Amino acid sequence: MTNRVSYTLESTLESVNQVEQKATEVAAGAGLAEDEQYQVAMAVREAAVNAVLHGNAYDPGKRFVVAYETTGDALVITITDQGKGLDPESLPDPLAPENLMKGSGRGIFLIRAFMDEVKIRNTNPGTEVTLIKHTGRNAANAKEEEAQ
Amino acid sequence: MSMKATNRQVDGVAVVDMSGRITLGEGSVVLRDTIRDLIGKGNKKILLNLGDVTYIDSSGIGELVSAFTAVRREGGELKLLNLTKKVHDLLQITKLYTVFDIKDDEATAIKAFGK
Repeated sequence: MTNRVSYTLESTLESVNQVEQKATEVAAGAGLAEDEQYQVAMAVREAAVNAVLHGNAYDPGKRFVVAYETTGDALVITITDQGKGLDPESLPDPLAPENLMKGSGRGIFLIRAFMDEVKIRNTNPGTEVTLIKHTGRNAANAKEEEAQ
Repeated sequence: MSMKATNRQVDGVAVVDMSGRITLGEGSVVLRDTIRDLIGKGNKKILLNLGDVTYIDSSGIGELVSAFTAVRREGGELKLLNLTKKVHDLLQITKLYTVFDIKDDEATAIKAFGK
């Protein structure tokens, strides 16, 4: 059974806090453990910050959309902005020695570290970021395979 | 919960007790202003007590790095104290755990300055 809910939000930090809080609720509802709820909420927060700050650049005329979808075996969260687009290939590696001491550039890295799958698509204009965390049977199988 | 930072002096070290969330916006600004103020007043030994910091995002991590480099640029030292598991894990993932001097005991941290 699939449940989907989506919100259209203003490009503000208050909206970022709202989507983070909602992500925690949805992750808990999907049966994820507390650690995983934190990871999902952090990834959603980082993606929302990117949408508001780098995508829409706090433009009051631009909105971003967050859709939370729970399926039988996954939690899928999609964040779409109306910005100028993002080329994921162009992002510097924050672990490279020359970038390690930089004051920014870790958002997408943390998203990838905390989610099972991350898809970034240029929607011309705008960017759509899809975050997937496996839940239920598939997640259990994946963990079992990992342990073997 | 918003971020709070309270300063105290212990044996020539500025200890900053921080609590709440260090995230983009208010939390990061409080940290930046606190460090700038301490450097401006001539403090070169700064110990950030993160024991009551419940959450840090990528912006907060960036602000910690900026604080570290700002203090070092002035010939000073910045150390971190009492990391929660979440913050500890974040610094490990981002390979910053070995960059910062991290302590879990205040007295030991104070003694470690200037050596």
